[in-house]
Amino acid sequence: MNPDFLDFEQPIAELEAKIEELRYVGDDAEVNIQEEISRLQAKCKSLTESIFSKLTAWQVAQLARHPRRPYTLDYIGRLFTDFEELHGDRAYADDAAIVGGMARFDGQPVVVIGHQKGRDTKEKIRRNFGMPRPEGYRKALRLMRLAERFRLPVFTFIDTPGAYPGVGAEERGQSEAIAMNLQVMAGLRTPIICTVIGEGGSGGALAIGVGDRVMMLQYSTYSVISPEGCASILWKSAERASDAAEALGITSARLKELGLIDTIIPEPLGGAHRNPEQMAGNLHTALAEALQTFSAMDTDALLERRYGRLMGYGEYKEG
Amino acid sequence: MSWFEKLVPSRIRTDATTKRAVPEGLWMRCDGCGATLYRPEVERHEDVCPKCSHHMRMGARRRLDSFLDEDGREEIAAGVEPVDVLKFRDSKKYRDRLTAAQKATGEKDALVVMQGRVHGVPVVAAAFDFSFMGGSMGSVVGERFVRAVDTAAREGIPLVCFSASGGARMQEALFSLMQMAKTSAALGRLRAKGVPYISVMTDPTMGGVSASLAMLGDINVAEPGALIGFAGPRVIQQTVRETLPEGFQRAEFLVEKGAVDLIIDRRQMRQRLASLMAMMTRRPAPSL
Repeated sequence: MNPDFLDFEQPIAELEAKIEELRYVGDDAEVNIQEEISRLQAKCKSLTESIFSKLTAWQVAQLARHPRRPYTLDYIGRLFTDFEELHGDRAYADDAAIVGGMARFDGQPVVVIGHQKGRDTKEKIRRNFGMPRPEGYRKALRLMRLAERFRLPVFTFIDTPGAYPGVGAEERGQSEAIAMNLQVMAGLRTPIICTVIGEGGSGGALAIGVGDRVMMLQYSTYSVISPEGCASILWKSAERASDAAEALGITSARLKELGLIDTIIPEPLGGAHRNPEQMAGNLHTALAEALQTFSAMDTDALLERRYGRLMGYGEYKEG
Repeated sequence: MSWFEKLVPSRIRTDATTKRAVPEGLWMRCDGCGATLYRPEVERHEDVCPKCSHHMRMGARRRLDSFLDEDGREEIAAGVEPVDVLKFRDSKKYRDRLTAAQKATGEKDALVVMQGRVHGVPVVAAAFDFSFMGGSMGSVVGERFVRAVDTAAREGIPLVCFSASGGARMQEALFSLMQMAKTSAALGRLRAKGVPYISVMTDPTMGGVSASLAMLGDINVAEPGALIGFAGPRVIQQTVRETLPEGFQRAEFLVEKGAVDLIIDRRQMRQRLASLMAMMTRRPAPSL
């Protein structure tokens, strides 16, 4: 088992290992095995295509949490210049589970905010697995107000299992912090473009997810509750997570179909982590297009549009 | 009773005892102090234990009934009803859960909204019904709440919401999450208009409801002993793996931590909210 590959990716991992071996042999011996390598590479590609053409919602959930998946700072590094990270909520602390600051996107000054997960154990703990505490949301709020003051558009990147369920977080007002962000974002007088890049975990995701366009990377997820959490409550067993994932409709395709998100940004074959460069390119195209659209709009019209969209959420009948 | 009836074995006399039997539910036990209470007396005390002042959970309609003046009430958005667009199904179908909840509560969904007066002060009042699927917020709750906000904004009269909810309604998946954004956005516009909003958090106010409309009051009120928080105590316990402090996430704890303005005993709710609302709208003090 290769820990960098998920269960359903293992056949791909095996083929790739075989190709690597052959390459090694090829360097060594003077046999021409290029043909064999090409054949295996083609097979690997078609195998990946076939696996990825019929992913279940639960498999997508695993991809969204893939250990190799690019995180917010990976995209900031590839898509933005002059990034200056700004720290702290000016009241209590700096929460490393949310990063934010000023940067330039295609030369244009913007504010960028996102959840940040850690890559190794130490970093994971420092980033609290991307689960913000109230001070993280309040830092995000402070940066959004800063953006409004200087008429800078805001980009947010969503990637969290959820807001942190801890004693301190409750004591410092986790609910209020999230609620306030929702309210302020709805009326923030500057364009906001939100992209779910990995896990869109409930209120903890939505707290930086209210904007003029909501986009999702193809294999990211967005959900009111984690499939495991939902399964343990409704099915009384976390084992039923894959059923819950299906029922909750957490994938970009399903949410687009339901009209809950605007844009799906395609991922490279095998997922964002297989080709971060190409992923960043796709993301760039989508962000640039959105930025252009909303920068051109009059602020009052922008806010009316945003408000109208928010009021449109929901399905009910009227008797 | 004839001499013969006095002689027959006791089992035949059961007829007489059933006649004297207490009707189902006339007596109840207080969850707070364990005292056995006479239900009509509890109801006279607005579902507060006369012995220990424990605030019991209260249905939405009963809540509004005891809060609003008797005259001039009008229900808002009663025609907004739930649909199961996702065809959600867990161990039961969402449709069946809805039907069962509707039958059990007599409500179409978990929020009831009325316009009326409190001690003569005009108000739009909304109340969650915890017995309707845990007071969970789905599309109908969100839409009805927004209509309450719109009415308050249009008429320029204060909004009061009594929340009692476990959070977002899982069976409506992301639609329910989006109600958090929808209700918070609507309250933002109410705030900008300078129309007062008082949020009253009752037991329990958790999750997505707590993290949206409930915490956004110009004044945040809590009922004594109400459980209020984002994550449920069990989830937190599983995360931190230690026992939670005594009184954690209770109304008194939230006042201490600065998250709510004040605690109001249910039996004083009418007078004190009427007084606050009159001050917030610069009206003369209501005659109580």
